Amino acid sequence: MKPNKNFAPACPIPISQYPHVLMAHGGGGKLMHQLIGKMFLTAFGNTLLEMQHDSAVVGWTGKTLAFTTDSYVVRPLFFPGGDIGSMAVHGTVNDLAMSGARPVYLSAAFIIEEGLPMDTLWRVVCSMRDGAQRCGVQIITGDTKVVDKGKGDGLFINTAGIGIIEYRNTGLVIAPKTVRPGDAVLVSGDLGRHGMAIMAVREGLQFESTIESDSAPVHEIVLELLKAGIEIHCLRDLTRGGLASALNEIAEGASVRIEIVEKSVPVREDVHAACEMLGLDPLHVACEGRFIAFIAAKDAERALQIMRGHAMGTGSAAIGRVAESSAPLVTLKSAIGANRILDMPSGEQLPRIC
Amino acid sequence: MKYLDEYRDGERAQQLAREIHRLTTQPWNIMEVCGGQTHAIVKFGIDELLPKHITLIHGPGCPVCVTPLEIIDKALEIAARPGVIFSSFGDMLRVPGSTTDLLSVKAKGGDVRIVYSPLDAVKLAEQNPAKEIVFFGVGFETTAPATAMAVYQAAQKGLKNFSMLISHVLVPPAMEALLSSPNCKVQGFLAAGHVCTVMGYEEYPPIAAKYHVPIVVTGFEPLDILQGVLMVVQQLESGRAEVENQYTRSVRREGNQPAQELIRKVFKVVPRKWRGVGEIPQSGLGLNDAYTAFDAEKKFGLADHHVEEPTECLSGLVLQGQIKPHECPAFGTRCTPEHPLGATMVSSEGACAAYYRYRRF
Repeated sequence: MKPNKNFAPACPIPISQYPHVLMAHGGGGKLMHQLIGKMFLTAFGNTLLEMQHDSAVVGWTGKTLAFTTDSYVVRPLFFPGGDIGSMAVHGTVNDLAMSGARPVYLSAAFIIEEGLPMDTLWRVVCSMRDGAQRCGVQIITGDTKVVDKGKGDGLFINTAGIGIIEYRNTGLVIAPKTVRPGDAVLVSGDLGRHGMAIMAVREGLQFESTIESDSAPVHEIVLELLKAGIEIHCLRDLTRGGLASALNEIAEGASVRIEIVEKSVPVREDVHAACEMLGLDPLHVACEGRFIAFIAAKDAERALQIMRGHAMGTGSAAIGRVAESSAPLVTLKSAIGANRILDMPSGEQLPRIC
Repeated sequence: MKYLDEYRDGERAQQLAREIHRLTTQPWNIMEVCGGQTHAIVKFGIDELLPKHITLIHGPGCPVCVTPLEIIDKALEIAARPGVIFSSFGDMLRVPGSTTDLLSVKAKGGDVRIVYSPLDAVKLAEQNPAKEIVFFGVGFETTAPATAMAVYQAAQKGLKNFSMLISHVLVPPAMEALLSSPNCKVQGFLAAGHVCTVMGYEEYPPIAAKYHVPIVVTGFEPLDILQGVLMVVQQLESGRAEVENQYTRSVRREGNQPAQELIRKVFKVVPRKWRGVGEIPQSGLGLNDAYTAFDAEKKFGLADHHVEEPTECLSGLVLQGQIKPHECPAFGTRCTPEHPLGATMVSSEGACAAYYRYRRF
């Protein structure tokens, strides 16, 4: 029999008497304590979480800490290449990595809709546990709320994270304002897989191949770049709004023009085909395991080699450069060699008529 | 990607552009009919490769943009009713009616759903027998067969809870309306390749002859459009006005006959108002008498009413090729994709939205 990762004999659902989450599991009484004790502690167990305070107090004098939070709302909860649990870990880890931090601690807050099958919740929790292990982070505090049936979409997760900033080799802060004309723009892999994977399952679209989400942690690549002394000016992970949004945010923050060459932007063929069919632009589609790096020109080639040498960055590419400009702007050199604006998408991307 | 990258080849594009430069001896105004072509022209920067004195005029071929305000208002009225599931192609949801749009109706509790095919709406009707399912049937000849098939299937299945709000439009009558206008500047057409895939191009020779304009059935990729422009320029420079087919990999002279048959079975030709242009005789499709049970306007007893367009929006002039989007005083200031005054700023195929997205240097 094929071993089931989530339901291995050694890892049964710790709460067997309630096959479904009840309102009471979020009511602050016995059932909630049982849920936390038997499920969350079993999965995440560590001395700080076992204190079970409302907040975890961590003293770290003399260190620079990064702290972030993000909420995860995705339908369906499980999709090809990932699930809301792994996403909630990777997303927050990636947010920490984007300031050059080594992620250390996460919080996990669950908003659960009444009636969610307990085994679904357990699968997500196991996925978070595995994700956290892979990223070398611990989940040290959390919160549980259960909402009325129909008032939630199964499960919402919030994670907050703390990381330590260990490398300060350039004395520069990794932020948009550090971006300079001449910087190279690198991307850590092909774009748009997460957004298209979700859209395909959500809308029941069948393509020739299954598009898998790119959900993955990227902090190790960033730490390797820092360790190698690469002069990183800015990092940004490409989530909602995709590459186009991230570039526009940075152009705005740095008051520069960013020039991208369309041909050099990696997009997998199946993702490209799905986008063409639906009238979507892959540069606007969300990723969950990709980032862009603004690197001092002198270090660009070395940075690219380091990124490509990492399992999560094999598809890395140099996609453009930063130029002087009187007003913030992102331009794209099209496949046929003409220039146009690459704008931030306005609102949700809606599939076209024809 | 196969069948796509070949038509986006930079070197071949430059070759075609050089050929157009070599042939062009005087100014020409060429209209691309379809919004998909407009989008590609602006997105890829195709017009930047053309000689300065060739002007591309962006035609009225965006189905979202030409759907009249009155119909949008009717859609909003139906979608807000309890017990209704209102289904539509995605890009109709942001189009502003007189007071609101479908996304806002959805946020207030209306059951508005995006479908990818009208047949999905038929499925919704089967799955929700206690609800009224309404599909917003808009578009040109390209989407008409799918809409017709949905009505046909609903009739075969005997569905009583399915209806359509229809605003289908036809391209050749709109081209004629433009050409017969006294201030028409168009000297040649790139006809819409997808419309012709369904309908063929037998309707065009009389128009080419009557108004002495070359018409080239053209595809949607950069090389298609450049080749289409080249073929129009060749005709203009040699004084010809013929119908030619650039998009041979998709279009046959007679078109897709089973699709046409289905359209004729379900629809009849009716006069239709085009947003920003006005009423054009014989330019729309409405349900045949045998299928009136599926007419949402009748089913929901919606009264005809006349709505004035916001005067600040010059989309009518844009759709008729009289002005370029950025020549409108509201462009990019009081009219943006987030706060559109007119539909041309909403749809990804709308000329104003295309200019806003790609051309604000």
